[in-house]
Amino acid sequence: MAKVEVPEGLWLRCKGCGEIIFKKVLEERLRVCPECGLHYRVDARTRVQQLTDVGTFEEFNEGLVSTDPLSWKDQKTYRERLSSAQRQTGLREAVVTGKAYIKGRAVILAVMDPFFVMGSMGAAVGEKVSAAVEKATDLSIPVVIVTCSGGARMQEGLVSLMQMAKTSAAIARHDDERGLYITVMSDPTTAGVAASYASLGDVILAEPKAMIGFAGPRVIWNTVKAELPEGFQTAEFMKEHGFVDRIVDRADLRSEICRIIDYCGK
Amino acid sequence: MSIILDGSTALNGGNYLEFERPLAKLERQIEELEAGQATTGRDHSAMIRTMRSELLGARRKLYTRLDAWETVQMARHPKRPLVPDYLNLMVRDFCELHGDRQFRDDRAILTGFGRIGNFKCMFIGHNKGKDTKERLENCFGMAHPEGYRKALAKMKLAEKFGVPVVCLIDTTGAYPGIGAEERGIAQAIAVNIQEMSRLRVPIVCVVLSEGGSGGALGIGVGDRMAILEHAYYSVISPEGCAAILWKSGEFASQAAKSLKFTAKDLKKLGLVDEVIKEPLGGAHRDPPVAAANVERFIVDTLRELRRAKVETLLKRRYRRWRDMGSFFVDANNPPAKKTKARAKDAGQNGSSGSASKKAVAAKGGASKAGAPKAGSTKNAAARNGATKNGAIKNGAAKKAVAAPRG
Repeated sequence: MAKVEVPEGLWLRCKGCGEIIFKKVLEERLRVCPECGLHYRVDARTRVQQLTDVGTFEEFNEGLVSTDPLSWKDQKTYRERLSSAQRQTGLREAVVTGKAYIKGRAVILAVMDPFFVMGSMGAAVGEKVSAAVEKATDLSIPVVIVTCSGGARMQEGLVSLMQMAKTSAAIARHDDERGLYITVMSDPTTAGVAASYASLGDVILAEPKAMIGFAGPRVIWNTVKAELPEGFQTAEFMKEHGFVDRIVDRADLRSEICRIIDYCGK
Repeated sequence: MSIILDGSTALNGGNYLEFERPLAKLERQIEELEAGQATTGRDHSAMIRTMRSELLGARRKLYTRLDAWETVQMARHPKRPLVPDYLNLMVRDFCELHGDRQFRDDRAILTGFGRIGNFKCMFIGHNKGKDTKERLENCFGMAHPEGYRKALAKMKLAEKFGVPVVCLIDTTGAYPGIGAEERGIAQAIAVNIQEMSRLRVPIVCVVLSEGGSGGALGIGVGDRMAILEHAYYSVISPEGCAAILWKSGEFASQAAKSLKFTAKDLKKLGLVDEVIKEPLGGAHRDPPVAAANVERFIVDTLRELRRAKVETLLKRRYRRWRDMGSFFVDANNPPAKKTKARAKDAGQNGSSGSASKKAVAAKGGASKAGAPKAGSTKNAAARNGATKNGAIKNGAAKKAVAAPRG
């Protein structure tokens, strides 16, 4: 539920251009502002609906949740944080995985949720992504991962860092079997997720203006103590520097994914 | 991090950390007595002997029970030996190889051939730099993308000629800068992790001092992982974590404790295979001993890994990482008596043997031990085969580990 982004009421003021837009129109346009083209963040369930053929999504590992390996407590306990995220999003974890069809083509799909603890990756996310990729390898079908994440989940300590290697190892095996892997980077794709499976796609697509990068802009500013370049760490910046293949509007994602699948023959 | 320079350089190299202050005092007293003995001719030997044994006892007590924040200070100790020191002490005929053949030679990562025991190896390690000039050149051991690409290029060279790879980790993290982002630091680390998971030669990793997040993992995926007694390996620096979750860097010591990143904790969590002993008081008190301990681990591990065929090695490596940090449950099918089993498991891991061996043993037993549980996870199993592996294994592995005890 993207309640954080879309306030109550029938109308809302666009964060990008300040125009008043009819909420229903925003939903029809897949949460892209009809005036300025700003791509709002999308929760995982809605994204699955947007991408897949109606009624074809078959979910895996819906019940997986991270345990609390460090018995974590900062200003809140990790368990509290998890259960409030679960209540707010209606999800059990920050990624939804399953098998689906996109315009009739079978794929394994993993979609991250930016509203679940910043879409961060802990043990359950790592397991769900790795299991999904393995499934794609076993079935010899492409895997599509829509990434949006603040990175590894600090509350799980080094356990979360290890998920970077776990998921990447699964992708290496898929690659060894000549399996196709398409990444769709959406806002934001950063840190531990950017430095693992998000950057390993055979083809990397990104949504316009999505934030993509490794270190946080504040950390970088603290190191270099200088103005960061215009549009730093955006999808466009990453494309210009050679790390994104194509920038694709949300409305075209389905057809663009199919195009790549058809070219790669699998 | 505060360092007290108390002038007694002759005895212990001069640098004391805040928490070492009581020891420094005792050491100075002994020194004074000895000096007094020499000048006045009075015999203090009995007194000195008692104080010496008191000092030894105090040291043992202090250094075996360092808390997380003290560990961080030890790992960042200005006198702590660096990767080049270890190479000098344990590697013969080191032949440095520079550059990533694409952009430049990143000095933050050091690569080259060398001999250790009876093995020819490719050594890859961070280099923080020994003096101000070198530290600046090396960006304090924080590598840019070209550093990770250099490491990978040399690993590929080693793979081509069947030479095993040894990775020595000592970094606060990858360099957070504009150039690093422009040249794809995230992609460089991602590719290294992926390629290391399938490199066709043995890979041994050791965290020598600081294991800083992705910057460490970028040369930290292999068949075995060890960590020095007073080193730490974390997903984020304690300062960074405190700034984000406690909204203030002042809570760094609190964050350090919460992150459970000391060698002992990581061993308990099953994330490292072995903790390498340091000389009493830390590696900087006796670098040759520290290096000898690291050397022994590397040589023993290579001897063991060398016995396996490449395909077996790769299969085991895949399993190792696939099962790494499996701290999750299936909420639709919660395993029975979860908490009790976990406590037992943690106790066992901490008390004996190498974690990897136990993991293998647990896996072997998992299918059998898991059989009676299969009924309870049937729903998940029906939905997806992968769930079955993950969820049952998690519960059953623990059961299997706990079984031999009871």
